[in-house]
Amino acid sequence: MADVKKKATRESYGEALTELAEKYPNLVVLDADLAAATKTAIFKKAYPERFFDCGIAEANMMGVAAGLAASGMIPFASTFAMFAAGRAYEIVRNSIGYPNLNVKIGATHAGISVGEDGATHQCNEDIALMRTIPNMTVIVPCDDVEAKAAVEAAIKYQGPVYMRFGRLAVPILNQAGNYKFEWGKGVTLRDGEDITIIATGLMVAEAVQASDILREQGISARVINIHTIKPIDEEIICKSARETGKIITVEEHSIIGGLGSAVAECVCQNCPVPVFRIGVNDVFGYSGPAVDLLKEFGLCSENIIATVKKVLNK
Amino acid sequence: MDEVIKKQLQKIAVNVRMGVLTGTFHAKSGHPGGSLSIVELLVYLYFNKMQVNAENPEDENRDRFVLSKGHTAPALYAVLAEKGFFDKSELEKLRHIGAMLQGHPCIQTTGIDMSSGSLGQGISCACGMALAGKLNQKNYHVYTVLGDGEIEEGQVWEAAMFASHYCLDNLIAIVDNNGLQIDGKITEVCSPEPIDEKFKAFGWHVILIDDAHDFDKIDKAFAEAEKITGKPVAIIQKSVKGKGVSFMENQVSWHGVAPNAEQYENAMNELKVALTELEG
Repeated sequence: MADVKKKATRESYGEALTELAEKYPNLVVLDADLAAATKTAIFKKAYPERFFDCGIAEANMMGVAAGLAASGMIPFASTFAMFAAGRAYEIVRNSIGYPNLNVKIGATHAGISVGEDGATHQCNEDIALMRTIPNMTVIVPCDDVEAKAAVEAAIKYQGPVYMRFGRLAVPILNQAGNYKFEWGKGVTLRDGEDITIIATGLMVAEAVQASDILREQGISARVINIHTIKPIDEEIICKSARETGKIITVEEHSIIGGLGSAVAECVCQNCPVPVFRIGVNDVFGYSGPAVDLLKEFGLCSENIIATVKKVLNK
Repeated sequence: MDEVIKKQLQKIAVNVRMGVLTGTFHAKSGHPGGSLSIVELLVYLYFNKMQVNAENPEDENRDRFVLSKGHTAPALYAVLAEKGFFDKSELEKLRHIGAMLQGHPCIQTTGIDMSSGSLGQGISCACGMALAGKLNQKNYHVYTVLGDGEIEEGQVWEAAMFASHYCLDNLIAIVDNNGLQIDGKITEVCSPEPIDEKFKAFGWHVILIDDAHDFDKIDKAFAEAEKITGKPVAIIQKSVKGKGVSFMENQVSWHGVAPNAEQYENAMNELKVALTELEG
């Protein structure tokens, strides 16, 4: 995929906010001293009067966002996933989720691809935390095009949304212009009959690559991109379960509580088939270059291919 | 303050105290102590200060109120019922299954501007509302009431820093300084004192009320608060936990316990006497 253009979804986030600001005059952006990293600095530069730095105080930022939303604004509260979902969890639950307020949480630097900063900043638990909150929607876009479309979809949606973005530049799979973000709908990127690979976020590109390589080896692996983890697309998951009989989930998140769990919950109840989860195996991350770390943790096409072969006994 | 208005407010305050007792008695739980200590404040705000209308509770120009010390919801509910936001009979259903009135304020309830009760969070939401008022060039004020124990929460000081940084002079935070929290005296649990100097250090204009049950003193404090521009205002009111019911006053044990039938009757009788005296 060397020739594919790459971009970090955090960058898409900052750009999308800026591009959409004129169209949505109620949109305001909050950050907690990480604007340069979350890329809301792009928005800040263009619309300084609509940007509010809350300092290193994420709990208050989430509460301020709730108050803004209760007064008709559409606030995007931005910080690293670790602090948005972790540090501020209870404020997100009680001040945003419970009153069902129209707050959008832009969480960047999710997962181990944070890289060198290490375990304290590599949040592998945010999807699990956020999807247990009633009223909360959880979106994990896979590339630049999807991330930008998701930001606008979140603005149009009335209610709290948690959006997960990454630090690492990832391949742009979708084509701008003819991409449509469908809320709560999975996207089939490769057809296949032998097995289904369900991926989210930056693992989608790896899943596609794995499927293409497997196809050359005579294995037909369907690939589904789940960008909306909650509410999850039960229909597309059940259809795949019935048609391919086996599912592998791939996510840059703990195997506990994230995409794998959400898929397993759906499959167990509606169409039981084996579900194999690829993710962070209930361990903390550590420092290192992002791409190397992803390989270390098996979050790469090579491990997806190996897992598919193992599951299919090939 | 005008004597006629003051007497009216005093009568409403007694009725609100009865509402607090009725609510917690029927709920067999709740927080009467801290509810009773903010009665005059809430009565003053809702009947003499805030621009709110029970006929149009969602008016975007209305003043906002956030009960950051959300466990004292019985006082707020009783005031809202007196003000006509909902029927007083709702108070008897407080905390019951299917009831409109939840144990802590819920935004879905008519007249409630923000869900609250997990301590330290309401003041942040009030900051957001005040900021929105500035952005939308509205003239409304945002009032929020915190407990003196509540300000032990770190989030309160994050919010205090934010409010002064963004010059939220449309925000007035009242600290109900009744001196008691669940585990005892605030000065013995983990002292947040000196409260006034802390808010001053965070860039707030600070006003002290030495008797939170004296409408003249409350009125004087809010008159001063209104004149302040460029910074948020903190009003620290010295109050009596359990005020108005002799056996509840200054008793930490009444923080989170409802009166039984006998206690309820005794308390209501005391309040009926107080009301008769005001009417006499």
